[in-house]
Amino acid sequence: MFEYAPAPESRDVVDIKPSYGLFVNGEFVDGSGSAFKTINPASEEKLAEIAAASAADVDLAVQAARKAFTTWSAMPGAERAKYLFRIARIIQERARELAVLESLDNGKPIRESRDVDLPLVAAHFFYYAGWADKLEYAGYGTRPLGVAGQVIPWNFPLLMLAWKIAPALACGNTVVLKPAETTPLTALLFAEICQQADLPPGVVNIVTGAGETGAAVVNHPDVDKVAFTGSTEVGRLIARSVAGTGKKVTLELGGKAANIVYEDAALDQAVEGIVNGIFFNQGHVCCAGSRLLVQESIAGELLASLKRRLGTLRMGDPLDKNTDIGAINSAAQLAKIRELSDMGEQEGAERWSPACAIPDRGFWFPPTIFTGVAQSHRIAREEIFGPVLSVLTFRTPGEAVEKANNTPFGLSAGVWTEKASLMLWTADRLRAGVVWSNTFNRFDPASPFGGYKESGYGREGGRHGLEAYLR
Amino acid sequence: MSERLSVRKTYKLFIGGAFPRSESGRSYVVTSSKGDFLANASKASRKDARDAVVAARKAFAGWSGATAYNRGQVIYRIAEMLESRRAQFAAELVAADGVSTKKATELVDAAVDRLVWYAGWSDKIGAIRGSANPVAGPYFNLSSTEPTGVVAIVAPPMGPLLGLISVIAPVIVTGNTCVVIASERAPLPSITLSEVLATSDLPGGVVNILTGKPDEIAPWLAGHMDVNALDLTGASPELALTCEELAAENLKRVLRPPTDTIDWLADPGTARMTTFLETKTVWHPIGV
Amino acid sequence: MDSFVRVGDARGVSTLTTDVASSNAALRGFLHGLPGVDKVGADARAAMLGTRSIKTTAKRQAIDLAISMVDLTTLEGADTPGKVRAMCAKAVHPDPSNPDVPRVAAVCVYPDLVAEAVQAVRGSGVKVASVATAFPSGRSSLEVKVTDTALAVAAGADEVDMVIDRGAFLAGDYLKVFEEIVAIKAACGSAHLKVILETGELATYDNVRRASWLAMLAGGDFIKTSTGKVQPAATLPVTLVMLEAVRDFLATTGRKVGVKPAGGIRTTKDAIKMLVLVNETAGDGWLHPDWFRLGASSVLNDLLMQRQKQDTGRYSGPDYFTLD
Repeated sequence: MFEYAPAPESRDVVDIKPSYGLFVNGEFVDGSGSAFKTINPASEEKLAEIAAASAADVDLAVQAARKAFTTWSAMPGAERAKYLFRIARIIQERARELAVLESLDNGKPIRESRDVDLPLVAAHFFYYAGWADKLEYAGYGTRPLGVAGQVIPWNFPLLMLAWKIAPALACGNTVVLKPAETTPLTALLFAEICQQADLPPGVVNIVTGAGETGAAVVNHPDVDKVAFTGSTEVGRLIARSVAGTGKKVTLELGGKAANIVYEDAALDQAVEGIVNGIFFNQGHVCCAGSRLLVQESIAGELLASLKRRLGTLRMGDPLDKNTDIGAINSAAQLAKIRELSDMGEQEGAERWSPACAIPDRGFWFPPTIFTGVAQSHRIAREEIFGPVLSVLTFRTPGEAVEKANNTPFGLSAGVWTEKASLMLWTADRLRAGVVWSNTFNRFDPASPFGGYKESGYGREGGRHGLEAYLR
Repeated sequence: MSERLSVRKTYKLFIGGAFPRSESGRSYVVTSSKGDFLANASKASRKDARDAVVAARKAFAGWSGATAYNRGQVIYRIAEMLESRRAQFAAELVAADGVSTKKATELVDAAVDRLVWYAGWSDKIGAIRGSANPVAGPYFNLSSTEPTGVVAIVAPPMGPLLGLISVIAPVIVTGNTCVVIASERAPLPSITLSEVLATSDLPGGVVNILTGKPDEIAPWLAGHMDVNALDLTGASPELALTCEELAAENLKRVLRPPTDTIDWLADPGTARMTTFLETKTVWHPIGV
Repeated sequence: MDSFVRVGDARGVSTLTTDVASSNAALRGFLHGLPGVDKVGADARAAMLGTRSIKTTAKRQAIDLAISMVDLTTLEGADTPGKVRAMCAKAVHPDPSNPDVPRVAAVCVYPDLVAEAVQAVRGSGVKVASVATAFPSGRSSLEVKVTDTALAVAAGADEVDMVIDRGAFLAGDYLKVFEEIVAIKAACGSAHLKVILETGELATYDNVRRASWLAMLAGGDFIKTSTGKVQPAATLPVTLVMLEAVRDFLATTGRKVGVKPAGGIRTTKDAIKMLVLVNETAGDGWLHPDWFRLGASSVLNDLLMQRQKQDTGRYSGPDYFTLD
């Protein structure tokens, strides 16, 4: 046996403070809510105390953003661009530190935070930096909206921050951003990066806290724009709460993506795509390929390959460079994954996981496949947001598309076939904002991302991403 | 010799290409701007709205799947049909709004021209709203526009023809289908427009027109889970708030009512089309 | 089609061969019925496996395993008996100062130098491999290729590394390629046959997969990437595709075939990446010199240097290792 010895990334590159305040008007300040702790989900050790922002704190942050808006929006785009380029460079310079901190706070494997999250974060700032002085060529308005209130999730903490802040700033808006309660640390380190970049005070404000803090940001009357990534449930609340206001809204919500594998697919790559589709980031991905739709004629063969491949996945210490599956982000999320998985069994689907050792401490869930799943099962309809794949079969392309679209969600989908005309036919009919053909879970700052139907509205990334921040 | 007694028209709803009466059996009196009786218009119910959504959904696959060229031709055909009925629409506008015949004719002409303008957009909006994205990897990456689906429209109370055309055309030219609540005050041109639509190669169900009270019908459409988007152009602030809140349930795309009065004669821009478009991005590897 | 066999339906290699090699059309039908390979996906998978971090005890284990898998090779026009003897000495005792270092798997030479090599490694357990069949282009008659093979075998070669007729393959004459391999296999007698696909000339991964199956169906004991004379040679993704082929071939037929990447493997890192690829693709059943070889020469000294670094904690230099 060729056993890989532990290869942990060093924690020494990060210096976590015992406690963190809010970042308002360019400075760290105390919050008036009761502080909470953020933990390492892989060990349950406390990482730091985090200030909670009350409605009054949020108000101060919005005021700071409003004040900064006057000068920031009037600044020549080329100057704003240079600040964003600076930030991008500092992110590259401190990439290892940010990656380690992300893995510590979130539980994702260092391989992913190092090779996926951080490169994309830096690229996103570079991309939108370049737009700041070219807005008149984009085909939307050229004027910023004002203060953007942004609320982001815990699955890609720093990447979602980049998706929100980079286009907002490039267009001349200022922001008040609330990171997720369980993953605030990289956002707070980003605040330090803003200081290092000499970003004018108030242009970026970071307020930490739970749902109430988020609601205070969204509902603040002096916020002109709300951007949210998270659950469809909260998305609905936000859509309702901004009704009748003049606030512009973009929402990136849940998904239940179908990953369609036709019988002529490149099977080895399809298996990789399925694995990357649902087990990337422990399945904590809104666009995860959580429903595998495989043509019945190859279902047995594909599943055998998939199971063999799952046997090679390495679950454990997120900081180990060879870890493929890290920790579930929180006890609450773990409970939800367990509940839905148990439901899958009760509904009669067959559950399978490879043999893998579960660490004693922390939150863990093994990669799991359900076969014999019907469209009517809850595990085929509800977003599990964990490493759980539901496998369904189909007979014809028409049936594949029908099943794929038979969901209130519409964020993403996958298609695997070596036949180009079938791929395009399928992609054309899928009601989803992103279609990955012969690949899955690829992201790029130049590529618009966002959903149909209950997966939300608005696009982030690319020229399209500017629209949400201009009038 | 007494003057010949005219044959009046019965104004009904327009659903799925047919002209049914309201299932509720209700009607309401429509008067001219001077208060004279014009007609009994159907007063649509929530069930009529429901039927209209079913018709719109049924028509969506075919209409959105038609080529853009074909949709453009159909919209242009509507303009042709409207042009041939200029005098009739002008007379209806004179009756409904009390405007002069000259003004009414101007408005009808503008409505025809607007249709022609939108007809030309069918195969161009994708070009200006889509993009080939230069991603940092060996992938073909293309963003293209697609219609959102079924759009419920509260038509503006003023501008019973030009306003109506100006909200319907941008929605359907891109492939959406719609359920329109006509101006409560002046619904008759909308039904006459239905007759134009019914003879313009437009597939049944692409446009469905309900007459009656927006306050009564719109909330049912706003809360309908098989409606994808709302155009609240003609809604009062109170109705718009109610509808936007209801629309949150399935995350409908919402076009809020304008804060200022709309000048329907001005260049409409593209927002009425783009609000009801989705962007789909397709990735594919490049390699041998 | 009848001849299409899915992974997992173990029908035995002889049945399968009889079916699919009955005509060029049948062979074509079978090879083109294999699942395609998406290049970008295969490249990405190989690159991801290339990021595996093999440290400390795992690295030590990997270095020794890699050394034991090396086919130490010299294939130059200027090769002489003296050069071959020197290389053989190195093969038997890669690090004369350290007897713990395992011997390599084999030496690989041209047919006319096989006898020299056989004598030099006698009793050491190091095998002698010979390239044959009008290596490296393979552009000659079957008669010449068979004679070339017979020459090597007669001189005592344990293993023959043949080249396929890439021209015939690219022209779609799969049956010709198949029949040549069958003929060379027969000429090999008890010697093991490694079939060189020259993947750099096959150009696509689909072709690499088809050529792999063709070589296995025809009786090859090993499939080998390259001659070392054409670039690109033993890339990670090409090796990945070939490892998938031997894995699937075993599942389908019950016969296990080895893999030999050759050409371009220069550093310990390159070698360890190959082992990771084997481990996570075909599985650890292939992590043995009987089933996996590294066709290389300069990699050996880098492996030795890294090994010494592990032992002493110091970085070493080239002057501390023998040239050959």
